[in-house]
Amino acid sequence: MEVLLDNLDSFEVGIRNTVALALASFAGALAIGLVVATFRVSPVLPLRAAGTTYVEVVRNIPPLVLIFLFFFGFPNIGIVYSPFISAAIVLAAYTGAFVGEAIRAGINTVARGQAEAARALGMTFRQTLGLVVMPQALRSVVPPMGNLFIALVKNTSLASTISVFELTFVSKRLITDTAQGLTVFFGTALAYLLLTLPAGWVVGRIERRAAIKR
Amino acid sequence: MVAPALGDALGPRARRRAAVASVAAAAAIGFVIFVAVRRFADAGQFERRLWEPFLRPEVHRFLWNGLVNTLKAASIALVLASLLGIVLALGRLSRPLVLRTVSRSYVEFFRGFPLLLLIVFGFFTLPRLGIGLNRFWALVIALTAYNGAVLGEIFRAGILSLDRGQNEAAEALGMRRGQSMRFVILPQAFRRMTPTIVSQFVTLLKDTSLGFVIGYEELLRTGQIAGEFFRNSLQFLIAVSVVFFVVNFTLSRIARRLELRQRRRYKAGTIEVAGPEDLVAAGLELGKGK
Repeated sequence: MEVLLDNLDSFEVGIRNTVALALASFAGALAIGLVVATFRVSPVLPLRAAGTTYVEVVRNIPPLVLIFLFFFGFPNIGIVYSPFISAAIVLAAYTGAFVGEAIRAGINTVARGQAEAARALGMTFRQTLGLVVMPQALRSVVPPMGNLFIALVKNTSLASTISVFELTFVSKRLITDTAQGLTVFFGTALAYLLLTLPAGWVVGRIERRAAIKR
Repeated sequence: MVAPALGDALGPRARRRAAVASVAAAAAIGFVIFVAVRRFADAGQFERRLWEPFLRPEVHRFLWNGLVNTLKAASIALVLASLLGIVLALGRLSRPLVLRTVSRSYVEFFRGFPLLLLIVFGFFTLPRLGIGLNRFWALVIALTAYNGAVLGEIFRAGILSLDRGQNEAAEALGMRRGQSMRFVILPQAFRRMTPTIVSQFVTLLKDTSLGFVIGYEELLRTGQIAGEFFRNSLQFLIAVSVVFFVVNFTLSRIARRLELRQRRRYKAGTIEVAGPEDLVAAGLELGKGK
């Protein structure tokens, strides 16, 4: 128990960084996902191809490899960012592919008639998607988004490999440096649990708020 | 022919607009690629010296070795995680409250925990508790513990997705619960879940790269070592990404194929999921079970 109490301030900083990293990359992932989903249903072939390529490439490469590529590889071509920013960018890019797929799945659940009716009214692609289909699609993707956020919180642990001082980094150090590995392990598990639990609550709230009464 | 992604096929005007947009988009994408290539060229990253190592047979052998280690850890973990997953799924669907609670808690605990830390824990702390593990087994056991929980949920979904009439028919034939599970439910559930298991293998292959943190010589680690040796980490990291992509993309394609074939053959819905993130994308919720 002492090992947790003695290092309480480290844990506090670690948790704060984990939360910051998760929120920053989730915001980025939402933006990327929205763009990717739009590309993938667009009538413009090159955009569709670009969207598909992005999703397939990012999804099939381990996120740790992407982090290394960005942090250790890209400085060679003049792209240099701090560990925290690098991790945030890569996690946003990685999660963004999954967010995009989730939104696309949401778009597919919107009844075809909706888009057809919009087209019949003479709406353009942008109007159809932005005013009719997307608002309905986004409602149905709230629960999957919650799960993606939880997956993202767990993935922030990868940032510890490029020495971002987040929760896993703190507890990894304590596990290797002290004989209290077991305590640290369960303490960290509890911390991650506390970080992911509110996500479910928030999702439920948003879902109720956004629900359409039919 | 422009695929009507939303609504009907496009009319003449919309088609014209799409054509203009296509040209513009193609130009924009071309420009992005051009800028990227320029960046590489300006930084001298196309120099022969940096790419020449990839022509050497010993480098091939070294990377191949890393890939084999990745595949080895992932496939053994897949087998063990599947076994664990079956046990957990049956546990969660069984009658005794204790079994249900235990398997449920197991799933909830390991699903919410970062795999990276699980691996570190397995390698550094378990030996202190008298369970000495080498790098390979520390990695495999952590992968198994985590993926067993995920697969358990997938299996449970697969079993629950079967028509209840199957179980009822088995009961009507006088089968006991165990018999019905063994002869009627599981064989069908497994057939449905084959594609899912293949895609879970993709997730596992990706997860194996975390073995890096405890020094297991999988593909990422070998790439990193070679990159440091030849002083061209960028090139080796690109190579590692390409290898991962080719392997995983092929497997994803196979999974997709299997899934489509099943859907044709059995008409019934297969569960179209691949790993926790994809599960999410497919809109199938984990852990919200009854």
